[in-house]
Order: sequence, then C-alpha cells, then structure tokens
Amino acid sequence: MSILVDPTPQQAPADAHAEASSPRGPRDSRLSRTGAMLVMGVFTVYFLVPLWWLLVASSKTPGDVFTTNPLWFADMRLGENLGELFAFRDGLYLRWLGNSVLYAGLGGAVATLIAGMAGYALAKYRFRGRETIFNIVLGGVLVPATALALPLFLLFSKIELTNTFWAVFLPSIVSPFGVYLTRIFAAASVPDEILEAARLDGSGEMRTFFTMSLRLMSPALVTVFLFQFVTIWNNFFLPLIMLRDQSLFPVTFGLYGWNTQLNQIPELRTYVLVGALVSIVPLIVTFLSLQRFWRNGLGAGAVK
Amino acid sequence: MKHITTVALTALVSSLTLAACSSGAGSTEAAPECAPADGPVTLEFTTWIPGIEDVVAIWNDANPDIQVEVQTGPNGNGGTYQNFFNQIEAGNAPDLGQIEYDAIPNFRVQGGLVDLSGCEEVMAAKDDFVDWTWSQVTLGSEGVYGIPQDSGPMALFYRKDLFEKAGIEVPTTWDEYRAAAEKVRAEGGYITNFSQTDINQFAGFVWQAGGQWFGNDGDAWSVELASDTSVDVADYWQGLLDDDLVATHPAWTDEWNNAYNSGEVWTWVSAVWGANSIASGAPDTAGSWAVAPAPQWNEGDEAAGNWGGSSTAVLTGSDHPYEAAKFALWLNTSEEALTALNAAANLYPATKAGLELPALKEGVDFYGGQAIYDVFADAAQQVVPDFTWGPTMTQTYSDVADGFKSAATGAGTLAEALESGQQKTIDALEAQSIPVAE
Repeated sequence: MSILVDPTPQQAPADAHAEASSPRGPRDSRLSRTGAMLVMGVFTVYFLVPLWWLLVASSKTPGDVFTTNPLWFADMRLGENLGELFAFRDGLYLRWLGNSVLYAGLGGAVATLIAGMAGYALAKYRFRGRETIFNIVLGGVLVPATALALPLFLLFSKIELTNTFWAVFLPSIVSPFGVYLTRIFAAASVPDEILEAARLDGSGEMRTFFTMSLRLMSPALVTVFLFQFVTIWNNFFLPLIMLRDQSLFPVTFGLYGWNTQLNQIPELRTYVLVGALVSIVPLIVTFLSLQRFWRNGLGAGAVK
Repeated sequence: MKHITTVALTALVSSLTLAACSSGAGSTEAAPECAPADGPVTLEFTTWIPGIEDVVAIWNDANPDIQVEVQTGPNGNGGTYQNFFNQIEAGNAPDLGQIEYDAIPNFRVQGGLVDLSGCEEVMAAKDDFVDWTWSQVTLGSEGVYGIPQDSGPMALFYRKDLFEKAGIEVPTTWDEYRAAAEKVRAEGGYITNFSQTDINQFAGFVWQAGGQWFGNDGDAWSVELASDTSVDVADYWQGLLDDDLVATHPAWTDEWNNAYNSGEVWTWVSAVWGANSIASGAPDTAGSWAVAPAPQWNEGDEAAGNWGGSSTAVLTGSDHPYEAAKFALWLNTSEEALTALNAAANLYPATKAGLELPALKEGVDFYGGQAIYDVFADAAQQVVPDFTWGPTMTQTYSDVADGFKSAATGAGTLAEALESGQQKTIDALEAQSIPVAE
C-alpha cells in the first residue's frame, strides 16, 4: 500500500511556484521533471484513449461505428442512443445498473464494516488463537475468488439459494484483504491509551468502536470500501455461475450476455457500447467523491 | 477454473459413459415415461434468444396450467453450457434448455438430456421436421434428445453488382469458384474470407461434401477429422490460401465487417442467418448483394451444408418432461411461434412447414428485393443427412482453430491442422474415458 507510506505533505504543491518554493525535498532538475511528466502523459493518454473511443463510439449509429473515424464524432446521437438503451426491454439495463449499485454499494459497505470490526478486534484484543485466525484470513487473500465460484455454487445449490440476490451478495461481503489492511491500520492509528481512557470513562466496547475507533480508522475503511466496491462491480464469474434470472443480473454480466448475441441481433452492438460507457460512470463517481476522505485521512495522519 | 470444472465433471462423465455404453445401440433400455402431471406446473426455460420472452408470453396466455419462465443469459459457449453442466450436477437445472446441435452429443454423453422418445406427441411430430434436423437430435439412436428449433442451411452470398461489372459468371461448382477467385483477385478483391477462427464454417463445407467428422456405432466413437473428404476440402482451401486468393480476417471482428463493407471481399458461403450479419456489418453495400445456391463439388449436384442451429432439450432433473416436451413442440412447430421467433431473432425454422412461412416468402431490400429465403428453403432440404458431432466439440474447435490460424499465416497447412485436431480429440475422449473405436 504505497499510499500509506507516501510521505508527501498534503498541502505542498498547491502554489504556482512549486518548483522554487517547495519546502522540503531535493530540488528537481528541469530534465527529470519533464521526463516524469512525459511518462505520465503517455500513460494518461494510454489509459484515456479507450475511454475516449468508447464515448465517441457510443454517440454513433451502428453503421457509422465501422465507417467513420473511430476517434472522432460523426452524428451526435448519444442522447438518442441513451434513450433507446434505457427503454430497451422495459428498462432492463437500468435494472442491471441498479443491481450492480446494490451488490457493490451495499456489499462493499457491509464488507467494510465486517472487515473493520475483524481487523480492529485482531489488532486491539488479545485472545487465544489470534494469530492463527489472522493467518487463516491472510491465506484467504491468496485464493482467487474465481476458484471459489464453483464450490460456492454447489454449496448454494444445497441450500437452494442459487439464482437469488443472496447468491451474489453473501460471497461479496467477505474481504480478507480488508481484514488485513484494517488490522495493520488499527494497530498503528488507534492508540491503546485512548481505548483505556474510554474504558475508564465507562464507554462500552461497542460504543468505543463505533464512536471513536471507526473514525480513527476511516482512511483504511474508505480504502477497503473502494477496493471492495470495484471488486464486486467487476466480479463477473460469480454472477455468471449463480444467476439465471435476467432481472438479477449485474450490469457487467448483462452486457456480456448481450455481447455474445451480436451475431444474431446486431442492433445490440450500440446498446453494448453505450451500456459499457454508462456502467463506468458509477465507478468514477465513487472514486472522485471518496477520494477526498481518503486524502484527508492520510494527511491528518501525516502531519500529526 | 475451467480446468477445475473439467475435473469435477470427468468423474461424473466416466460413470455416465459406462451406463451409456452398456446399453449400446438398439438398446432395450426403455425411454422414461412421459406422463402428464396432475396439477398446474411451472417450467423453467433457459435460452439466449433475444426477444423470446414475447414468444413465450403467447404460450403462457393460452396455457394457464403450463406456465413457462424464461431465463436468458450469454450464448452456449459463452457460459450457459457450463452452467447447465454445473446445474445438472447440483440437481437444479432448468426444465428446458437451448442446446446447439453440435453440443447435443456432449450433453448426451454426460447424461444431461432426457430421452423424449416415450412421449407420443414427440414421436408423432417426427415427420414435421426436415429429416436431417431430426437426426441431429436422435444421434442415430432410438432416443430423442431434443426438439429441433432452427437450422442454418448454407448458400452463396455474392456481390451481384461487382460480379456483373467485372463480367464474371456466378460460380456453381467449387472449380468455377476457384476460377472466379483468380479473376476477382485480378480485379483487386478477394472472392471470400476464409474464417480461420470459426471452424463451424469449415465444418459446414465438409458437411456439404458428404464428409463426417465423427461416428458413433452405439459402443464407441470414431474420430474422422482427417478423413479423406475432410482433407480434400482442406486441400481445396489450402490452395486458395497458398495463392493469396482469399482474405484471412478473423471472423466477427470490425476488420472483417469492414472487408465486406468496403467491397474488398465479394462472396460469403454462409448460413441463412448470415443474411443479417452482412446487412448489419456492411451497411454501405445495401442492395448490391444476391444469394445463389452454394457451389457444388460435382456439377449438377444440389448438396448443401449447414452452419448452426439449435434444439430445445429437456434437461436431466426435470420433473415434468411431458409438459416440457409439449411446450418445446409448440415453440418449434406451431406457425405462430415460428413466425414470432423469426420476427424476434431471425430464427430459421427446422420444420418443413416452417420453410414456407409467409414472412420467408418476401423479397428482402438489402438483397435487391430478391426472395432470398427461397434459396435457403431449397438448401434446407438438400442438407446432407446424418452429419455427426462429437462429444468434445469445444475442445475440437479450439484445437483445429489453432492449426487453422497458423495455416492462414503460412505456418503449416489446413490438413495438418486436421491431423493434429484428430489426435488431440482422441486424447481428449480417452482422458474422459469415452470409448474410442480403433
């Protein structure tokens, strides 16, 4: 987690004369700075071009996608395309989007809470088997989620929960990596003295956790939430195996299904393109809106 | 992941295979009973046909006692087949599933399909279907493992305008096709694109030539990928490749669409659903295409190949095979359902009566007003019967495609790719304890 050890002070590079007035650190040579900017610029372009292509392609008619310049607009039809997508099959796409938000948002939140509690307990309480439990959880980090999908399917079949909301939601609220991260963070950022003071003042353990520790741990929790949100949002294999009912699909799986039908129904191509564009919006919104908490927390820790 | 699944399934497969081969051909094993349920039933039906919900709604309105819930997902090889296998193993498979003809043997070998030959209505419907489609679901046995849904008879799509302008006759034999290819090349185009990645088209060519890729005598499977006919067809295309007479764009890509849209490629020997692929992939060429019967190996023949097509099968574990079969028959034989399926998803019927649907008699604007489906209706009845698919087609396709890709770039030949596909398929069958002849 490089963000946790990043020593750069938060308020430093805001002013225009950053180069001259940088308060600390070695003075950058113009050459290395240009080189760094160049590398970053190349990578930015590299990452943004596909997004740009997606935006441009989403604004075209199906025919124009092949015949016009792939990186520039032809007829601007983004509005109509969006309207058609949202109206297609009684708004099936919106339903998928809602499902994804529910799986990823709620799943991410619950996963973060559970991971936070587990990590906190592992960091702050001494009990028999603590290290064993932690090591087992760490082992969980190493097992790819894809490898667990089929066993999970067979388990869920036994309790007749396949093809339900729970089939995707329940496996999503487990985050071994979150437990690991929150444990490390709680150990470093929640001082034992504060906990003792709280206990002396008569605060119960639960109250201490929810009113104090949780806030102290918030940068780690935001990180865990973001990771888990993205993981669930992009989790494709589990819904593929678990779900049959279209109304339960998350947006990734739904779009994939449409994409496999392009040979039969070529009109779906536009919907797949526009749908893919819309489906990344929630991710961007989540990142941009949570980034603030993320940085604030880090900054607060760094200048303490 | 796939590997894990394979391992899990192999255990299942081996036991089922033993059961299957002990019964053998002309078996005395009775088909399961096919009796109606006492009360109303609800069936689950998994398919990937877009818009099929509306067709099923017609049935549900008319049959309050047999309600069908449709579940759609990705296409078979995109994940639905694997899901069927998982669900069959877990005992919660849907009652009905869409299964393409080339996947039926796989499901059959793994015990995933209910034999419907005990259902009187099913046996009575046999003659409604185009003969070869019926043999695709019986697998040459007494059993019936699905109801044919659609078919993909093949014919020649060609750029009428370009052929006329260049003064080239539309080829009727494969020899003429090669001669035409040379003239087209001289004009700066390619006569067609050889699909290196989608082996189904090549299988259709072998099918048309009267070849076989697999055989099953009831006890064991024979693998004939490298049989004489198959290799002859491969050599023909190898000749075109060697002389740079065909383009080699990967199928179904934008590059491939563009080759047709720009007029670089002049013909496509493809299935009936290809009409739509061209119309959507090459919109600028509207009105310039026409359809003729596929070129023949022997002058005067009328043989056709087939590319694609699926069945509606009843999956193991269904509690209501009678109702499921009844629905599947309605879906795939009644005129209202076939018309609706054709309108929703361009499905081309597998029944004799279906070939005469009013919707399939009309001229198509994209093809200059030609009534192209008449050509396909003829082709559908000329498809060589008894082409047999193997039980491991996914593996076979991918192994042969690997070889074809190399051949298209000049490393190795198509015939060598078939040879190596042959060996790998035998290995795969033996690895799954499926008996192989010889």
